[in-house]
Amino acid sequence: MSATRTLVSPAVLARPRGKAVYWAVFTGVVLLFALAFLFPVYWMVTGAMKSPDEVARTPPTVVPERWHTSGFTDAWELMRLPVHLGNTVVQAAGAWLCQLVLCTAAAYALSKLRPAFGKVILGGILATLMVPAQALVVPKYLTVADLGLLNDPLAIWLPAVANAFNLYLLKRFFDQIPRDVLEAAAIDGAGRLRVLWSIVLPLSRPVLGVVSIFALVAVWQDFLWPLMVFSDTDRQPISVALVQLSQNIPLTVLVAAMVIASIPMVALFLVFQRHIIAGISAGGTKG
Amino acid sequence: MRTPPPRPHPWRRRLADQGRAYAFLLGGVLCFALFSWYPAIRAVVIAFQKYTPGAEAEWVGTANFTRILHDPEFADAWRNTLTFTVLALLIGFAVPFVLALVLNELRHAKAFFRVVVYLPVMIPPVVSALLWKWFYDPGAGLANEALRFLHLPTSNWSNGADTALVSLVLVATWANMGGTVLIYLAALQSVPGELYEAAELDGASLLQRVRHVTVPATRFVILMLMLLQIIATMQVFTEPFVITGGGPENATVTVLYLIYKYAFLYNDFGGACALSVMLLLLLGAFSAAYLRLTRSDGEDA
Repeated sequence: MSATRTLVSPAVLARPRGKAVYWAVFTGVVLLFALAFLFPVYWMVTGAMKSPDEVARTPPTVVPERWHTSGFTDAWELMRLPVHLGNTVVQAAGAWLCQLVLCTAAAYALSKLRPAFGKVILGGILATLMVPAQALVVPKYLTVADLGLLNDPLAIWLPAVANAFNLYLLKRFFDQIPRDVLEAAAIDGAGRLRVLWSIVLPLSRPVLGVVSIFALVAVWQDFLWPLMVFSDTDRQPISVALVQLSQNIPLTVLVAAMVIASIPMVALFLVFQRHIIAGISAGGTKG
Repeated sequence: MRTPPPRPHPWRRRLADQGRAYAFLLGGVLCFALFSWYPAIRAVVIAFQKYTPGAEAEWVGTANFTRILHDPEFADAWRNTLTFTVLALLIGFAVPFVLALVLNELRHAKAFFRVVVYLPVMIPPVVSALLWKWFYDPGAGLANEALRFLHLPTSNWSNGADTALVSLVLVATWANMGGTVLIYLAALQSVPGELYEAAELDGASLLQRVRHVTVPATRFVILMLMLLQIIATMQVFTEPFVITGGGPENATVTVLYLIYKYAFLYNDFGGACALSVMLLLLLGAFSAAYLRLTRSDGEDA
């Protein structure tokens, strides 16, 4: 075991008293984490499986007396979850694809193709980092309305491309690829698109993964923007539909729908947890 | 060996290169122009206009600003947003800070802690807001049941004018602290162990070591996380919209919520843009500080 020294010295921890305190703190933290973070999720999942009477009972039951699955089937049909989940998938996948294609192309041009006024354009893009997105939702909404994109998935896809953070992440990664490698390929007769496709992109797999996860999560979690641009119920993603329908739906059905809405992102997290956690930890210290 | 193609005139070649570069650049830049640059300009323009979609815009000078300044909700919204931000700094920053300190000392189940603390971040914000709205329910809500179980007096939580804002801060903290914990944990791992050893030899107690070693060594990350937290919480919308609807008695109307109301309930886009410009200027100052901080550090490293 690597003995990196932290706040408490290993010598203190090795003593019987230190050991006892360590295990007491450890148990305390495990219990705290279970109670604070896992129990609310447990409560949501079991709440969805209680009967409508049981869920309203005081004091509540910790384990459902009988496990019902009707909440999930009712939510699926009554709240038309397939429609809203489908909308969310279309919006998230399209935003991801648009970002990958257009941000990657722009970052490649800014990094390697030396466009005239490239510095000015990059400056303009970086300046948008200073403008918090939410403060501009109203004029952005008016622009989307003028373009006739309301209630259209393009209203999610195209604004998603204007993501300075992801574009800058890509550009910085491309900057590290030595120019000689690309020039050698160009001498062999490869065009710019070919160089991007067969040399730059395969080298950039890690950063493309990070950008993909950021892009998907951002669309799936967003609420205010889709609330504004999708007034048509049939076009609304799951986040907006949940809130709009939450008023007049039985509690167990709503909670079941909440569980279903959470599953894709939680599954994505559990599958890619190591990458996501490493990405956040690295992103924080390296700006 | 392939023979190289005959070279055209240099300026022609340059032009062709530029054309190709711009072909790659165009799509992305167009999106920035339409959805970032133009709206920023437009916010300022509309702030001085009477604007209704579909009708001709009218210049009204500073009338929008004077109107929103006289709206009683305006003061409420700013007060609530600032209180929310301060509370989120006190609660939403102190808790993850201490948690990260403790987690860094634990030598077992590291992956488990990291996954569990980040789990709420991956739950869609709308779901966590609805979940806590249910917990805060005065009838069969979990929050009051827990208080009864501990034989403590029950609270109105999000339904009481004096407790609503704190209740929302708790939700936001629960939902967002995972990121702060992970980033701070990474920063703690870069504190050199010799510093702790030296402090211990000088007889520094545990708390003194935190104060004189840990905090100074991670000062930069602490400041950065605080600025990020301020920028994020000043734009809070989902929690008040979903849990309290701005109530009770405007106790949880935030600036962004008021912008939404002006645009979509009052159909007053001039007022909404005037408010947006105010929020923009304030947040822009914080963002500039954040960018300056991260950039100067990047040059040192």
